[in-house]
Formats: sequence, C-alpha cells, structure tokens
Amino acid sequence: MTTFGWPEALFLFRAAGWTLLLTAIAFLIGGLLGGVLAIMRLSRIRIVRRIAATYILVIQSIPVLMVLFMSYYGLSLFGVELPPFLAASASLAIYVSAYLAEIWRGSIESVPFQQWEASASLAHSPAQTYRHVILPQAVRISLPPTVGFLVQLVKNTSIVSVVGFVELARAGQLVNNATFDSFRVFGLVALIYFAICFPLSRLSRHLEKVMNASRPH
Amino acid sequence: MPAVLIEDVHKSYGKLEVLKGVSLSVETGQVVALIGRSGSGKSTMLRCINGLEAFQSGRIEVAGHVVDQDPKRLRALRKDVGIVFQSYNLFPHLTVGQNIMLSPRITKNVPQAEALALAKDVLAQVGLSDKFDSYPDNLSGGQQQRVAIARSLAMQPKVMLFDEVTSALDPELTGEVLLVMEKLAKGGMTMILVTHEMNFARNVANTTVFMHQGKIWEQGPSRELFAAPQTPELQGFVKAGAQG
Repeated sequence: MTTFGWPEALFLFRAAGWTLLLTAIAFLIGGLLGGVLAIMRLSRIRIVRRIAATYILVIQSIPVLMVLFMSYYGLSLFGVELPPFLAASASLAIYVSAYLAEIWRGSIESVPFQQWEASASLAHSPAQTYRHVILPQAVRISLPPTVGFLVQLVKNTSIVSVVGFVELARAGQLVNNATFDSFRVFGLVALIYFAICFPLSRLSRHLEKVMNASRPH
Repeated sequence: MPAVLIEDVHKSYGKLEVLKGVSLSVETGQVVALIGRSGSGKSTMLRCINGLEAFQSGRIEVAGHVVDQDPKRLRALRKDVGIVFQSYNLFPHLTVGQNIMLSPRITKNVPQAEALALAKDVLAQVGLSDKFDSYPDNLSGGQQQRVAIARSLAMQPKVMLFDEVTSALDPELTGEVLLVMEKLAKGGMTMILVTHEMNFARNVANTTVFMHQGKIWEQGPSRELFAAPQTPELQGFVKAGAQG
C-alpha cells in the first residue's frame, strides 16, 4: 500500500488534462455536428427536418452510457475495435451534438422573424441571411446556455471511465484503490472539477447579464 | 409602361379572403397612398408587391419583374424594389454604416470603397451623416427609421414601398421621417405607402387609394379624393380621421 503524496496528486493532475482534452474534442466535434443539425432542424425541406429531429430525440432519450457501450462493446462484436479514447470522444461528441443542436435551434428561432423578412427584402439569399443577419445574433443569444452546457460536459466526461479510459474520475478511483485514502483523494478530485467548472459557471452567468443588458428594447 | 401593375389579385388565408380582386397601376415617379381601416387588406396588398406575401390568383408586375414565389426571380425583383417596415428592422449587431453597406456588397458585389461612398451619400440624404458608426440601439425611433430608409435607398431601387413607417413613432418623431419621404417623392422616386397620416397622403401623394373589405373602394387624385369622397365608407373614414 502506498500513501497519498505528490506523485499521486500529479497523476490526478495529468488525468485532469485528459478530462480537458476529452471535453475539448467532444465539444468541438459535437459542436460542428450540432450546428449542422440545428440548421437541418429548421430546414424548409420536411425530410431534412425529420432526420435531424429524430436523431436529436433518440440521442436525448438514451443515456450517454448506452452510446458509449454501443460504440465500445457493441462495435467490437462486429470486429471493429475502437480504442477507449476514440470510443469515448465519439460517444461524447454524439451526446454533445444532440444537446447543442437544440440549444442553438432555440437561439436561431429567438431572432425575431422580422429580421428574416428585412434580410430577404434586401435581396439576400437564405445562406446570406443566415451568415450575415441571423447567425451573428443567434450566437450572442446562445453563448450563456452553451457555456452552461460546457460545465455539464466537463462533469459528464467522468462517464467514460467505465470503458477503462483514465480521465480524472477514473484516476481518482485508481489512486484510491492503491492508497485507501478516500477522503483526500476524492477531495482533490472534486476540487479539480470545481476549479474547472466554477469559472465556466461564472462566465455563463456573466454572459447572461451582458446579453440582457444589451437586448434591444 | 407603368412601374407597378396589379391585376385582379386575390389572396386568402385559409377561408378568409383578404384581397378580393385588386387592380392598380402606378406610373414611374408617382406617389400612391394606400389608406383604409385595419383589416382592409392594404398592408397585405403592399407586401404582395415584393413577394413577402404569396397570392392565389391575379398578376403583379413591378419594375419589369413578374412577382411569383421563385426564389431567384424574387431576389432579382428585390434588388429593384425596396421596402421599409413599421418596426424599422435594422440589423442590431451591425453599425448604421454596416447596415447600409451590407446588401450592396453581398448582392451586387459593389466594391468596399464604392459601398462606403454610397452609404455616406444615402445617410446624408436622410440627414444622419454623423451616425455612421452608431449602433441602432443608440438611435431614436425616428433616426432608426431614417436609417432603414437609407439602407433601402443604397440598393438604388426603382420602386419603394412603405408599410406604416410612422405608426410606431411618437408624434414629434413622425415629422422627421415624413420629411425624408417627402424629399424622396420630390426627387422622383416611385413610391407606394400604406399610411395613417392623412395630411401626408393628401399633400404628398399624387393618388390616394381607399381600401375597404379587401377591395379598392375608391381612388383618385389625393386632393379631390379627400375634398369630395364619393362613398359613405370613405366619407366616414375621412371624418373619423379629421376628428382623431
């Protein structure tokens, strides 16, 4: 049995790095996919709308854990062996895409329809309307809830520990198994999560205030 | 050939028929005021002219474009036909200058320097040269509406539509917007305006059209129409307006 000292703490900090990396990758890929889904969800073409809506509904209705199991264990049944990091990133990105798509759809829809009319009346194409008129306004509206969701994502990355990927939560378990110093180990783990999430939460609240102050009246 | 030609236009929302066969012809350089009670179909008629509302039957031709719902043809039409709305609808994330330069740049590929000169010119026309770098939120309603007019002018339209553009404004701000419109009218712009400003209709519009129950009820040279309304509906409307 080892005691909980600097090497163990460093191990946890390194694992926190993986948590951050996983969050970043899931957010980036999930964000790209989510952006496409949000616009598909608002398409004038019914079948496109339906596909996006179904995808979002399905993903939001099953636990991330199941997506993870399916991509890690499920695919291996068909001979596709994803490394844990890849399975974890992919599953989280899928989860992120469904939620961001809904957040962003709401943001796009909350831009007043008169903006669409004004833009169309100035001979802009639908793509130009999105790019120059709607999206810049929607992005501002979406910032607070998007950063808020990012906080959830940081915490939810802990789920991928079940497929053996060593991020912060899994690292905490490993150190605890070796030291049995649960209080200090998980105390530090919790502290690291807090140190990442608290500033983000504050940022989200700050953005909300700024957005409310600059709302046109 | 008239600048705007409307022939027997019918439009319904479901079972409710809001335009029951409207025909109207507007010559180049003419100013036409559409007046009538709310629900008479005047705003709907105006919005049909630039394709913001689709209609079921009839025919509209404006500045040489036939109005239908084909996106490409609509875009071509809207380069030649401007519209100004009651609620200004400026783009709040862009400065006044950017609001004005955006459309010429992206729809007509006007070079930056030329767009800038154009923006300064139209802003001067509406008397707001000093507001180039302001954001719409920092302007009064009257100033925002003048910017909206400038934004429309920057597309160098052949016909301009005005949809109750002073209805959201306090009385003291209404005047500055009407002044800009009067200047445009004197400059020879072809204009169709839906308005509740009876004095403006009488004094500036060549022709006033009174709409009632989805039809053109009465029309004629503005001064004659207001001086001697023929139908009891217009007589009542003019009288109510004079009192209010």
